[in-house]
Amino acid sequence: MTDNELIWRIAGGSGDGIDSTSQNFAKALMRSGLHVFTHRHYPSRIRGGHTYVEVRAKDDPVQSRGDGYNFLLALGDSFARNPQDEAYYGKEELKPLYENFDELREGGVLLYDEGLLDESDVEEIELEEHAEENGWHLVPMDLRGIAKEHGREIMRNTAGIGATAAILGIDTTEFENLIEQNMSGDMQEANLSVLEDAYEAASDLDIDHDIEVPDGSHDEEQVILSGSNAISYGALDEGCRFISGYPMTPWTDVFTIMSQHLPEFGGISEQVEDEIAAAALALGASHMGVKSMSGSSGGGFALMSEPLGLAEMTETPLVLVEAMRAGPSTGMPTKPEQADLEHVLYTSQGDSARVVFAPANIRECYTQTRSAFRIAYEYQIPTIVVYDQKIQGELRNVPASHFDEEANADPGSVLTEDEIQEAAHHASGKFQRFLHEPADGSNVSPRSVPGQKDGRYLATGNEHNPSGHISEDPENRIAQMERRINKLDDIRSDLDENTSHQTYYGPEDADHGILVWGSQQDTVFESVDRLNENGHSVKALGVSDMMPYPVDEVSEWLDSVDEALVVEMNASAQFRGLTQKEIGKYGDKLSSLLKYNGNPFEPAEIVDGFETSINGEDLAASNMKYLPAAGD
Amino acid sequence: MSAFSAIGDDREIDRDEFTPGIEPQATWCPGCGDFGVLKALKQAMPEVGRNPDEVALFTGIGCSGKLNSYFNSYGFHTIHGRSLPVARAAKLANPDVEVIAAGGDGDGYGIGGNHFIHTARENHDMTYIVFNNEIFGLTKGQTSPTSPKGHKSKTQPHGSAKTPVRPLSQSLNAGATYIARTAAVNPNQAKEIIAEAIEHDGFAHIDFLTQCPTWNKDAKQYVPYTDIQQSEDYDFDVSNRQEASEMMFETENKLHEGEVLTGRYYVEDGRPSYGQEKRQIGEMPEEPLAERYFDEDAEWERTYDNLLEHHK
Repeated sequence: MTDNELIWRIAGGSGDGIDSTSQNFAKALMRSGLHVFTHRHYPSRIRGGHTYVEVRAKDDPVQSRGDGYNFLLALGDSFARNPQDEAYYGKEELKPLYENFDELREGGVLLYDEGLLDESDVEEIELEEHAEENGWHLVPMDLRGIAKEHGREIMRNTAGIGATAAILGIDTTEFENLIEQNMSGDMQEANLSVLEDAYEAASDLDIDHDIEVPDGSHDEEQVILSGSNAISYGALDEGCRFISGYPMTPWTDVFTIMSQHLPEFGGISEQVEDEIAAAALALGASHMGVKSMSGSSGGGFALMSEPLGLAEMTETPLVLVEAMRAGPSTGMPTKPEQADLEHVLYTSQGDSARVVFAPANIRECYTQTRSAFRIAYEYQIPTIVVYDQKIQGELRNVPASHFDEEANADPGSVLTEDEIQEAAHHASGKFQRFLHEPADGSNVSPRSVPGQKDGRYLATGNEHNPSGHISEDPENRIAQMERRINKLDDIRSDLDENTSHQTYYGPEDADHGILVWGSQQDTVFESVDRLNENGHSVKALGVSDMMPYPVDEVSEWLDSVDEALVVEMNASAQFRGLTQKEIGKYGDKLSSLLKYNGNPFEPAEIVDGFETSINGEDLAASNMKYLPAAGD
Repeated sequence: MSAFSAIGDDREIDRDEFTPGIEPQATWCPGCGDFGVLKALKQAMPEVGRNPDEVALFTGIGCSGKLNSYFNSYGFHTIHGRSLPVARAAKLANPDVEVIAAGGDGDGYGIGGNHFIHTARENHDMTYIVFNNEIFGLTKGQTSPTSPKGHKSKTQPHGSAKTPVRPLSQSLNAGATYIARTAAVNPNQAKEIIAEAIEHDGFAHIDFLTQCPTWNKDAKQYVPYTDIQQSEDYDFDVSNRQEASEMMFETENKLHEGEVLTGRYYVEDGRPSYGQEKRQIGEMPEEPLAERYFDEDAEWERTYDNLLEHHK
């Protein structure tokens, strides 16, 4: 267990305002000088069901969700009451209590809304017995009653915040400020009263616990935002002004944020009939010279396979986002997994020429989305940003200066009309759009866009000659194919020189390694610290470039360790497979720690998994799988 | 020189400008109705005063998709059934470019049926020409969505049990604002209708009957035809939805009884196109978006200046 940190979990039904309350709680703690991180868990259901959000706060940067939590605010599921005839709701009202028993740490505080629950029901789940066994401090309060006194029942949230603050000794000024900023009139008055009353009521209770909320301060101004915010802002700063999409969890987040902001930035957003259309529209706008993006989650991305291939063949720049959730098929819509890696790498027919980035966290969501646009438009190639439901929903504080970057509207390798006049033209009158050997020795043959004088060409998904006419000539085929596929080497060199996306963590001379990709990177880094404190010698490499794969970088790092554990959230060790395929060795050096139960790793689980791999023991925990190296 | 100087050039346009020079050679079969579409399209261009550089033609897959190879404009030969979504984004991205989409009956009414309905519904300002020969040609003669009931082919050896689609009625119900049917055997009418469709401010759908001499053995399947605007037997108001609907229904029935009716069926003026609607509600910029990327004076806002405040 880590001391000196607060991990506050708020639980209730979907629709009870759990999300917004936790956002405000996290923001208030950030404003008071702490570092914060949220972990969100919700069911695929509009109202009701068991949902919770954890807010972890420390005085130094938080990398990950914690191991369990130490304060539960259980609001009760207000949507479990008055069930319809015919519908079975079970004991859902109690879910926010008993569903959260497993991870509440010893000595933790459990504050629940007794105003919503019958005493007999509470007895049924043996709350007292559980509390005694674990040393929990039970705090039943009539939050509903306090809320109703000043307004409406929904303000139970505010009452819960007031009570939390009193029990933990947190100053309520920032909560008051947020209420004043976000509400007005009667609502503001009522919420301030609820906050104050609950604070006082809880102060009177005088709960004796040992949770210490740390004091902290920031060196520079912070902002709190999600991965989806960061992807959207990266796209906007890179001059993206067109998005098309179809709603699908968890991709909807980016689509919504972009749709809300694009008109004010002078751009266009289109919600269309399906994902094939969505990607096709982005392709159409990009063909016309506008920087464009689309995206989806697993099943919707499957439909984009066709337009993705068309973008590759026509060398039309395109940025797609793939927000992974647990599969196969519709899988678990609101649960994270990293199992679409092979899907984004290899979907669509033929030899793939695409670029795939997998950002680790909110900072990288911003920077790598910018890279994705730069690479797509410079190299005329589709790029994919693959992230998952974990980064999509979690909030984290980041220095505001991280986003203080110049906008880049450069449309990449597009010619001006003057340049088109100078360029080679075919006797048919067409501009030589797809030269075998572009003048600058690169593999990129600059394009024109419709409406430019003398820039006419044909873009086609069939193999084509330099002016775009369909061609099955073998020599032309080889020249075009090589030029397209060789771009990946150029992009690898470009990234190596300009924008390394890989993250090295831990002591350089460590004996053991943990290799990790995407959203699990920062959790692994926290585990690496603990492992080294426990006397192990461990370092980690977080990989964000999936294609073109950073072969040299990863090989060099793997050479420097005795063996490496590959950590990922899927059942078939996809990233380990990719690494072995790309590098062509290390089969006997890589073992896997896999988790695919719908929840991201907790740092302690990685510590356990690592120790198991070192000791050659079987994994005790049933929620993960250990896959030994070949030959072990 | 401006970024898009081809646009708005008002010199006289010659139809030959739309013929590519030395290549490619046509690969349509001799006697194919698709030649009729190509010819009518080329003839229409001088009438609407558009030059090759300001026209973008989007096609799907199949014989119809080859139109792009023989028509000298900006071209995008997309994928089966997907010409419309690519085309409509192109129109939104640069409304100054003339956008024309083309596909076949399988391409447009089968695999692309969903896109057809939604593009018509949104009333994008573009022209959509569907080469309707009631057969899958390039894949060698399978039953298509417009093939008559009972049509026998290698994939439907017992004769199709399906009723053919009604493209005109479907288009009207979906929301197209200009709907016509013409035929390759009727070049003058075809040219006029294509020109009208291009000039129409909204989604213009042309069901273009093109005979397939190879797979629909009767190469004269659409002869004789009747032009409903020229015939005294048919009198209805093309701006009246109800009358247009009845006329379309009759036309679609008669085609399978061997009587070919062509002409304008529905013309709705005054309904704003999708782009205009979007501009009115503030969802689309006044100036063509594509131009901004070439405008050195354009200001590009940063999220840092605009959006970060909410996150503090």
